[in-house]
Amino acid sequence: MAIERSSVELKKEDFVSDQMVKWCPGCGGHAILSSVANVFPKIGYRKENFVLVSGIGCSSRFPYYVNTYGFHGIHGRANAIATGVKIANPHLSVWIATGDGDSMAIGGNHFIHIIRRNVDVNIMLFNNQIYGLTKGQYSPTSPMGAVTKTSPYGTIEHPFNPGELILGAQGTFFARAVDTNPKLMTEVMFAAAQHDGTSVVEILENCVIFNDKAHVQITAKDLREDHQVLLRNGEPILFGKDNKKGIRLNGTRLEVVEIGVNGITVDDILVHDQYQQDPGIHLMLAKMAPPHFPVAMGVIRAAMYPTYDDLVEDQIDEVKKTSKIRCVDDLLNSGDVWEIE
Amino acid sequence: MAEKKVIEREDVVVKFVGDSGDGMQLTGTLFSDAAALAGNDLATFPDYPAEIRAPHNTVAGVSGFQVHIGKTKIHSSGDMCDVLVAMNPASLRSNMKWAKLGATIIIDVDSFEEDAIKKAGYTSNPLEDGSLSQYNLIKAPITSITRESIKELSSETKVADRSRNMFALGIVNYLFSRNLEDVKHFIDKKFNKKPQVAQINKVVLEAGYNFADTIEALESQITVAPAQMEKGKYRNITGNIATAWGLLAASEKSGRPLFLGSYPITPATEILIELAKHKSLGAKVFQAEDEIAGICSAIGASFAGSMACTTTSGPGLSLKSEAMGLAVITELPLVIVDVQRGGPSTGLPTKSEQSDLYQALFGRNGEAPMIVIAASSPANCFYYAFETAKLSMEHMTPAILLTDGYLGNGSELFRIPKMSDLPEIHPPICEPNDTNFKPYRRDPATLARKWALPGTEGLRHRIGGLEKENIMGTVSTDPQNHELMTQMRSEKVKRVANYIPEQKVIGEECGDLLVISWGGTEGAVKTAVEAIQSQGKKVSMAHFNYIMPLPKNTGNILKNFKKIVVCELNAGQFVNYLRMEFPQFNYKQFNKVQGLPFVTNELVDKFNQILEEK
Repeated sequence: MAIERSSVELKKEDFVSDQMVKWCPGCGGHAILSSVANVFPKIGYRKENFVLVSGIGCSSRFPYYVNTYGFHGIHGRANAIATGVKIANPHLSVWIATGDGDSMAIGGNHFIHIIRRNVDVNIMLFNNQIYGLTKGQYSPTSPMGAVTKTSPYGTIEHPFNPGELILGAQGTFFARAVDTNPKLMTEVMFAAAQHDGTSVVEILENCVIFNDKAHVQITAKDLREDHQVLLRNGEPILFGKDNKKGIRLNGTRLEVVEIGVNGITVDDILVHDQYQQDPGIHLMLAKMAPPHFPVAMGVIRAAMYPTYDDLVEDQIDEVKKTSKIRCVDDLLNSGDVWEIE
Repeated sequence: MAEKKVIEREDVVVKFVGDSGDGMQLTGTLFSDAAALAGNDLATFPDYPAEIRAPHNTVAGVSGFQVHIGKTKIHSSGDMCDVLVAMNPASLRSNMKWAKLGATIIIDVDSFEEDAIKKAGYTSNPLEDGSLSQYNLIKAPITSITRESIKELSSETKVADRSRNMFALGIVNYLFSRNLEDVKHFIDKKFNKKPQVAQINKVVLEAGYNFADTIEALESQITVAPAQMEKGKYRNITGNIATAWGLLAASEKSGRPLFLGSYPITPATEILIELAKHKSLGAKVFQAEDEIAGICSAIGASFAGSMACTTTSGPGLSLKSEAMGLAVITELPLVIVDVQRGGPSTGLPTKSEQSDLYQALFGRNGEAPMIVIAASSPANCFYYAFETAKLSMEHMTPAILLTDGYLGNGSELFRIPKMSDLPEIHPPICEPNDTNFKPYRRDPATLARKWALPGTEGLRHRIGGLEKENIMGTVSTDPQNHELMTQMRSEKVKRVANYIPEQKVIGEECGDLLVISWGGTEGAVKTAVEAIQSQGKKVSMAHFNYIMPLPKNTGNILKNFKKIVVCELNAGQFVNYLRMEFPQFNYKQFNKVQGLPFVTNELVDKFNQILEEK
């Protein structure tokens, strides 16, 4: 659905709210907030057409810190509330700020269903693998064995990989970024806005207080070259120092190979196709993790499917063309009606 | 054939009962639609089991449809029936208690086989043991004649057995000296895509009619003259359809598009089904993944400017509680329809009760008042749904409409209004670039805040579940501010009393006994009160549709009576609410928690007993 564009050029300042940002110093949220304020003017819609919806958790204070229409909901329900906003007015650009507790645990049901329906919204999933606002309990994305306040002997739960869940729910758009890379965050948020349908951007976020260095295996200076791979559509999937490593599709599996070893050339490397309908390879890419694989960053999947809100409007238009009931008086007088004189 | 005697009756109750696959709902609907066309006033009530197909020929699988027709105003679907049509032994056994002494009982004698009699729980054959000797028993070989009558159209006994209900309907039509043309018209409409089925049904219908005309057992026919009804256009309508249409009417009047977020639940699902049909009126109907998503999507839609609704029944309302509080604190309009059923928990899904009143009034965390309105007849669900939506939007607060399974599934004649006769609805939409706008700046009269729709220039703002600073709408944990906002939300709902009609009294303004009821029991209680008034007793009635807030004159009414009795289908929720609001009065109570409506006799007995008490 077309969203009206701004007639004037907008700036970052147009989206800065007058509220004091109350996240802890060093929280990944600050970088995400800054990226959003950078990307919204670039997207170019009228500033009144942005709506930010959230649930509960540190992530969910987000709407107060951006000068748009905002709705701070209740725990787990951001995706359901946003669904209503978007269906009611498809001419709004709807953004959801949510976390691994809000969308993976208490609101898991709404999360998979908004994705299944492909409602045209943009979900920013702040994944810090911990419950921050309630002060340090494990979350559905905490790694097995994580020692937290509610798992003093280590968790005994298998964590969700959000990408796997999203693609399992027939997600049409999935991208990943880390909070330490504002440039990439801005880039994937822009791509999310371009996508028609539910786009989920997973942001690997640090929690300085309760889960510091949560993603250090991926973000540490000495590790990140080998433990991250940035996907670019149409380009071979290369990473490591001087792009010497790559991902190859060997039969039905991915494997890490080195260019120049055993006769491997760039031509053997898997070329990323974010638009392909079949999610098979996207799923394999989303699941990649150390120690054997790097973590995929950037846009992993952006497949074209009709959106729920477009289908709602299409159906209404279609029925209006043929229906004899055009107002409530028509309805009241339809079917078996008789007159008493 | 001898001329048969014709008895004129003011009103008659007919009940069709059978196995849940026997088509009793259709039979009852056809009979009542034809009665409506013939000019009778009427009320109906379907009584069906929770199981789609319970074991064949068991009491658990009995499905029924009751129709009350009259030449006078019909208040309810009636208590005891004058005519009982029972398609098998189990349905006879479970419904004999609802047959008046001397009632005409039509049974399919072919179904009274030893096995079926035993399965129904009879120890001896009721057709032979004399237990039915005080009734006018018509033993019709329905199955065998039905099979015989359609031999040329279909050789399958299955096909024939599916149309047995039409044979019974033919007999009943003869009994009420009705011609078959209207029924045939409805059959053609119902099966317009299956002409062969329509044909079979019509043939069987005639066979039943002719059978009744021939046998000696039917000594008389009954006529119920057309009712003296107010001029106008009429239709038959169920409470659930009326609710759906009332919401559509409010949407059209207010200019706010209708959004429904809902999850199927008995007995509220028909509202969702009905609204899903009306895309041509722009209704957006979202079948959510659960009850919580139903209400939360509606809250989102309300924020975006829709007339948002969610429909449910008791257990669903429980799931929505937290989100209802969110609608209270964000001060957004939202219509919540609760079609009550027997509780707690899953309770009695297909039976009616009024036991969600406490939940509607108090079932939320924190101080979270909202408007509560209760409809009291299938047709007035239209007006109260309209009113609930109107008040919710104009006062910027969520509002609950309570109906119940009895109202939702029951039907009555509905005098069709003109949209131009319905009141205007003026939601307080904020104009673009209103420099005066603050999220919690209020109208001095109603205390409603402005509805500032996303997309509007110059009104960007944030609201949410955290307490907000008065006027400015920023997050605030200030103790004084919280108390002030709590008072504002409460006062806003209280002031709705300035915009609703005064409470009416049926009967004298003062007297020995005031009978109080609310919601779906109006018809039954009114019938009982009229009965006791006709005995010359000083009894009046006040039936409440506005629950929160109560009409302003409520206290003045109560003080004029020596005794007060509150009748309700729960353990005493409205009576305790009145005790809280008006502690100066003494209240007696009459409660029934059986999943069944009141019957006239039990109410009259109770009123007499209270009148006699010293």
